[in-house]
Amino acid sequence: MAYSLFDIAGPVMIGPSSSHTAGAVKIGQFARAVFDKTPSKVTFYMHGSFATVSAGHATDKALMAGIMKFKTSDPQIKNALNIAKKLGIAYKFAKTDLGPEFHPNTVKIVLEAPGKKSMEVIGSSIGGGSARIVKINDFDVDIKAIAGKYKYLVISHSNDSAVLTEVLQKITKFDKYYIAGIQSAHIDNHSLTILNLEGRDLSLKQVLELAKVKGVEFVRSLTKLD
Amino acid sequence: MKRFVFHTGAELLRLAEKYKMPISEIALNYEQGVSEKTEKEVIAKMKRNLDVMREAVKSGLRLNKKSFSGMSGGNAGKMLKYAGSKSKKITSKALLKAMAYAIACGETNAQMGRIVAFPTAGASGVIPAAVLSVSEELKLSDEKIMKGLFTASAIGLIIAENATLAGAYGGCQAEIGSASAMAAAAITEMRGGTPKQCLDAASLSLKNMLGLTCDPIAGLVEVPCVKRNAMGVTNAFSGSEIALAGIESFVTFDDVVEAMKTTGEMMPSALRETALGGLALTPTGCRIRAKIGLPPIKSAH
Ligand code: SF4
Repeated sequence: MAYSLFDIAGPVMIGPSSSHTAGAVKIGQFARAVFDKTPSKVTFYMHGSFATVSAGHATDKALMAGIMKFKTSDPQIKNALNIAKKLGIAYKFAKTDLGPEFHPNTVKIVLEAPGKKSMEVIGSSIGGGSARIVKINDFDVDIKAIAGKYKYLVISHSNDSAVLTEVLQKITKFDKYYIAGIQSAHIDNHSLTILNLEGRDLSLKQVLELAKVKGVEFVRSLTKLD
Repeated sequence: MKRFVFHTGAELLRLAEKYKMPISEIALNYEQGVSEKTEKEVIAKMKRNLDVMREAVKSGLRLNKKSFSGMSGGNAGKMLKYAGSKSKKITSKALLKAMAYAIACGETNAQMGRIVAFPTAGASGVIPAAVLSVSEELKLSDEKIMKGLFTASAIGLIIAENATLAGAYGGCQAEIGSASAMAAAAITEMRGGTPKQCLDAASLSLKNMLGLTCDPIAGLVEVPCVKRNAMGVTNAFSGSEIALAGIESFVTFDDVVEAMKTTGEMMPSALRETALGGLALTPTGCRIRAKIGLPPIKSAH
């Protein structure tokens, strides 16, 4: 895919580091988007250099900012921890070692909210403000959260190919989409599918329509990572 | 309408010469093609970058507190004061101001202010410093500055496609080095240089940055990064002046970019953003590491 000039001139972001700050915001945004609710409690398990240099780079604030849906360019990132306290979001940072197979800038985020299944997201900040999500709950995934390049649809559904077929048919009816990538992970009879689309943003109405397909547990559209 | 596409300096120059257009116009046209946006939308997006850059410079000049690590903060104002002082200076006021602006952006970035990562956060001071100072000195309009920004982006795009803009892959030659080349081309076009002169300015500036290590103390984007932005803009001014004097770069821009790529590949990883070599490994570097609670570097020697 061709570069946009704004891949070079941009993004507008809050410093100091595209990988430790902007990338971390995106991991937080992503986790929040898949959880689909403001959590009442979040635990961040910091791995590698996220565990060691997080304070100097404000990675902790950046992650929390992402959880609260702040953009990478929001000056309030600085005050994210205080804002979280005011909003009554309990948070905790712990150091961990996820193992050598993980990128040095990695965090495991556990999100909880009353009446909702808790969710676990593992993401790595891979440089230049780009982030990659490598695990959702127990599913191995590989999602590159680069602002504006692709649209991602995360679909949790029963492990039945008919379900996915129906979802895909619906999408192609909405508009002309080019499917740049598709990945599915399965555990028992449950699947998580990530669709990588090139084309227009899906509207909320369209996303809700996809969620109505029988066998679909949830659909999350990740179009606003910015 | 015809859409321009380019991947190399040679292709960019061919288009500019064939259609008798400055690099900025080729770039603007290119972006409309890839993003499927109108000219107006593309310009508005770049204008937002310019607004953020101005704000970043302004807030950096006002900053008077030190960063969390204590390594940076408060120097931009000092530099600007010197630029306006009566002491016997040996470079132009425009360059001194550019240096102040570059430090200002770097300090804004280090203290969680808003910047444009152009091309990266660490090197975000070079381009704003160059275009803003030159426009003030020569009383150029915002429209002219925007042309500079489009030209800088085109140069950066060629580097991104054929080498890298990331310190983690190419060392600082890829960050401050690229920024410097981009800024050199930008101000050369703003000052009326030809497309060829813009590419020459970029080549000259990038050549002088080849091999530059990325060795930030304690991994923080402060030392050498903040002041290196000032050096980067100085290097861009030199490249632009040499090109406008009618002196060509003996090596083409595409060749210089290739040299940057291969040089980066030959660099040990200790000198590519890992904060394990160069300045980061010095006693000063190790002291700061300890101060902010990082484990010591297990050095190989
Ligand atoms: S030293 Fe490294 S982190 Fe600092 S500006 Fe250069 S490339 Fe970026």
